[in-house]
Amino acid sequence: MYYFPMASVQPIRKTQDDPIPLHAHAMDNLRYIRKTMERAGSFTAVPGWGGVAMGVTALVASVIAARTATIDAWFATWMTEGALAVAIGMLAMRRKAAKAGLPMWSAPARKFVFSFVPPLIVGAALTMVLWRAGAATAIPGVWLMLYGTGVITGGAFSVPVVPVMGVCFLVEGALALAAPPGWSVPWNDVWLGAGFGGLHVIFGFIIARRYGG
Amino acid sequence: MAAKTNTARALEAQRPEPVKAATLPDLDRLIHPRIRLGIISALAAADSPLSFNDLKSLLETTDGNLSVHARKLEEAKYIACMKSFEGRVPRTEYTLTPAGRKAFNKYLDHMEAILQAVKR
Repeated sequence: MYYFPMASVQPIRKTQDDPIPLHAHAMDNLRYIRKTMERAGSFTAVPGWGGVAMGVTALVASVIAARTATIDAWFATWMTEGALAVAIGMLAMRRKAAKAGLPMWSAPARKFVFSFVPPLIVGAALTMVLWRAGAATAIPGVWLMLYGTGVITGGAFSVPVVPVMGVCFLVEGALALAAPPGWSVPWNDVWLGAGFGGLHVIFGFIIARRYGG
Repeated sequence: MAAKTNTARALEAQRPEPVKAATLPDLDRLIHPRIRLGIISALAAADSPLSFNDLKSLLETTDGNLSVHARKLEEAKYIACMKSFEGRVPRTEYTLTPAGRKAFNKYLDHMEAILQAVKR
């Protein structure tokens, strides 16, 4: 409008008539926001490859446990596997946190631990009770269900596959508990192997592929 | 068919206009700088207080940089700062205020609007 009498007037700040840089800038901003939010959430807390490793040891344990002669040896096998899995899980979480440049004990990690651990404590107490009552065949179902509960609550703020894995554990545990008592003895190691082995390997792989490690 | 093409062309013709008019003037300059955007994003995602050190390692920045920008946001009442002691170690924790969340959402809408306007 102004260019007729005032040929050389230019706005000091150029209006952005080319939308591409603006668009790229917005894209870049959103990407940065997303990256920051992912890091801040408990997204990085759940280790995929760690889950796969836990699954593999559980599969090995289920084979060993299936061949044990006494129920005490069976119990000891799974207890050892449990301790091993906890160690692997913690190591893997630490590695993943370090890789993402996050503190191991950040607020999201604390939140995860505080929601994940209580069901496991309940599981330990129930195991003792069931063991004393001679109801060892109910133990696998209880373990699977309570582990699933922990994964759901602990993973509620994590990537969606984590709670889905928890639900799978719950379902499997419920099936194990619902199975007729006569079945339970030979099936124990199948349930546990499929849950702590199979589900960990499958979901660990998905998490590792999609969410970096 | 012809009508459709006309509408499309009409949309095409106005396309760059809304981008400029709607987005540039009221962009929230306060949270636009990277570090501040990072602080807000992290607090929005964490939905629990984050300590100064959490934020520092999350955003890979220095004490000085973080504290300067955090103060700006605090002054704008976008974040709230709580200071306490853990034993003898001072601990600073930040949370997002409702105003901060509103500003953040507005900023996101803004960026989205820019992308939307350019996309079609």
